[in-house]
Amino acid sequence: MNIIVVGLSHKTAPVELRELLAIPESRMGEALTRLLSYPNVKEGMFLATCNRVEVYAVVEDPDAGFSDVQDFLVSTHLAVSAEHLFPHLYRYADDHAIRHLFRVATSLDSMVIGEPQILGQVKDAFELALAHRTSGVILNKLVKKAISVGKGVRTKTRIAEYAVSISYAAVELAKKVFSNLAEKTVLLVGAGEMGKLAAHHLVNHGVKQVFLTTRNSQRAENLAERFGGSAISFEEFPRILPKADIVLCATGASHYVILSEEVQRSIQERMNRPMFLIDISVPRNIDPAVKDVDNAFLFDIDDLKSHVGQNQEERRKEADKAEEMVTEEVTIMQSWVRGLEAKPTIVALRKRADEIKRSEVEKALSRLGNLSTKERQAIEGLASAIVNKLLHGPLVTLKSEAQSNNGFAFIEVARRFFDLPETSLISDLDLLYQEQGSNSEQDGIGCDLSEVVESDPMKDEGESPKES
Amino acid sequence: MTGILFQVTMALYFGGTVLFLIYLLRRSEVLSKWSLIIAGIGFAFHTLALLIAVVMVDEVPIMTFKGAMSFFAWALVLVFLGVALKRGLHVLGAFILPLAFLSLISASIAPAETQYLHPFFRTIWVHVILSMLGAVGFAVAFVAGLMYVMQDRLLKSKQFNVLYFKLPPLDSLDSLNQRSILLGFPFLTLGILTGALSAQLTLGTYLSWNPEQILALVTWIFYFAVLLGRVTVGWRAKKAAYLTIVGFAGVILTFVGVLLKNHGPLGIL
Repeated sequence: MNIIVVGLSHKTAPVELRELLAIPESRMGEALTRLLSYPNVKEGMFLATCNRVEVYAVVEDPDAGFSDVQDFLVSTHLAVSAEHLFPHLYRYADDHAIRHLFRVATSLDSMVIGEPQILGQVKDAFELALAHRTSGVILNKLVKKAISVGKGVRTKTRIAEYAVSISYAAVELAKKVFSNLAEKTVLLVGAGEMGKLAAHHLVNHGVKQVFLTTRNSQRAENLAERFGGSAISFEEFPRILPKADIVLCATGASHYVILSEEVQRSIQERMNRPMFLIDISVPRNIDPAVKDVDNAFLFDIDDLKSHVGQNQEERRKEADKAEEMVTEEVTIMQSWVRGLEAKPTIVALRKRADEIKRSEVEKALSRLGNLSTKERQAIEGLASAIVNKLLHGPLVTLKSEAQSNNGFAFIEVARRFFDLPETSLISDLDLLYQEQGSNSEQDGIGCDLSEVVESDPMKDEGESPKES
Repeated sequence: MTGILFQVTMALYFGGTVLFLIYLLRRSEVLSKWSLIIAGIGFAFHTLALLIAVVMVDEVPIMTFKGAMSFFAWALVLVFLGVALKRGLHVLGAFILPLAFLSLISASIAPAETQYLHPFFRTIWVHVILSMLGAVGFAVAFVAGLMYVMQDRLLKSKQFNVLYFKLPPLDSLDSLNQRSILLGFPFLTLGILTGALSAQLTLGTYLSWNPEQILALVTWIFYFAVLLGRVTVGWRAKKAAYLTIVGFAGVILTFVGVLLKNHGPLGIL
């Protein structure tokens, strides 16, 4: 059993493609169910933000899993062809997949390290998977762990503080151009997280009017509601440009969304009233040539960073600290997953020994005829003692070696030595659920999920889709 | 007596200048209060000195170039104190106080004028006061323009240094620039009109085409164009800042013209 992730992010794909891969929430249930209909896929979760689209899955075979998920992505999004999509996808399995999810949840993979929204987005994705019962034992454990690592990093390092100060720097810079933000009009282009964060600060400073535009008009409507602004269509926004005193651009498109000539024209139309433009996109969305336009003040994410003036060295240290925490947690998670592989084997081994013991004891007892209760107990005790003592060594070895790198080999050897049937994964998991129900495992970091999961999915095993 | 008062004033303006410049180049806000207090005390001495001069000397002191420059400095500091207290633009002091100090210096080193003024010329002080108030407006506009250009450059080059933090927002500076011109322009207009009137009364001609008059007229036309340009073709922000810096050069030249006139072959007017 393997954990895999297939996806693309702001690092590998342009926004146009990422936006095509979004799935409306109304269709999420259907999509997740279809993901699970691939025979190879046992559990699944779909994580979509404006900067990434990723499918996390638990599969029997990673390579088959990759092609299943890719097939799922293409068949879910008819507008995207395989040739167009595949070059942008990354595929990770096992500890790489675990590490990836942890880095995502801790915002280490985000455009701005420390940005706060990604953790909530991971929670949302997890809740959706829970609601549609596509998350099972492994994903539950994995995502909860990711969320707890995300929280741990936010509280134990200063990367979060840093992201807030960057978005706030936009406000401080704006105040060096405009003394009174209350008279100003803001245009937010795109729905990038930092853009929204900066817009939020500006709205808090009481700007007069907010215009919003995104390629996805529904998203613009949602944002407009959130900021009390008005949504305008993406095609229309250059027309609004001259009205905007402050332009925040965070679309993450791969090309310039706002051209230097457009800004030049806007400034002219504004009779040289200054314009303040913030480009929080990587790659940039506003033509850097805007810097040569008089009365237009363009700042990109690096400028915001330098405005914050935080020590580069210190910042890197905090990120390194976060990476270390992730590495530690990946190791813990990894050994849990490996132990998981050993468990069905151990359970099967015990079961088999028990069956042999029971049938042999029964045979012996029927041959011996009438025996006193004490004699009976002695024979049963003898059988149990032999079985337990004999199995003790192999079980201990199995348990400890399963954590090692060649754990799978040990499990395979044990299965052959004891002639254990290749039990189906599903019945293995049944046993697992039972075992887990009584033995609640605690991991290193206390994972407070009360706000994430209303009902403990562990207890839902009776209705789990895995059961059938 | 007035001499000592002027010297104390100069010393205080110099002290204020130094304090304001240190304030400008340091993060701390503490100095702004002290610089303002020093400037305020200097202004009080200056006012006293001017009053005593008027009362004691029994002659309007601003009739001379010295007096006019002193009045210019006084009005400049008055406007600064008003703006600083009303709008909290203390940092303006770092630019205006040096200007006031320089005006007093130029007043003190200007050659003494021992001209006897014909009683008939006495009404000319109205012309001088009005013209000087106009010049004060343009001086403040010049300072606002200078600060605008500095802040504009800092923002464009993304140098978030101390100066960037101390300088006010661009639109405050642009608005100060516009208001100052709007304040100065009517005074200059009236100053030119009263000057022409005096010329008519004394010399029998409104316009004698001396350097002072020519420069004053050029300055007037220039600022008129600046004001008109703002509303018609959008000469605001950076352009307005540059224009007012250039315009103030015209004002200075007019001062020089006055000096030339008073000491040149053209005599009194």
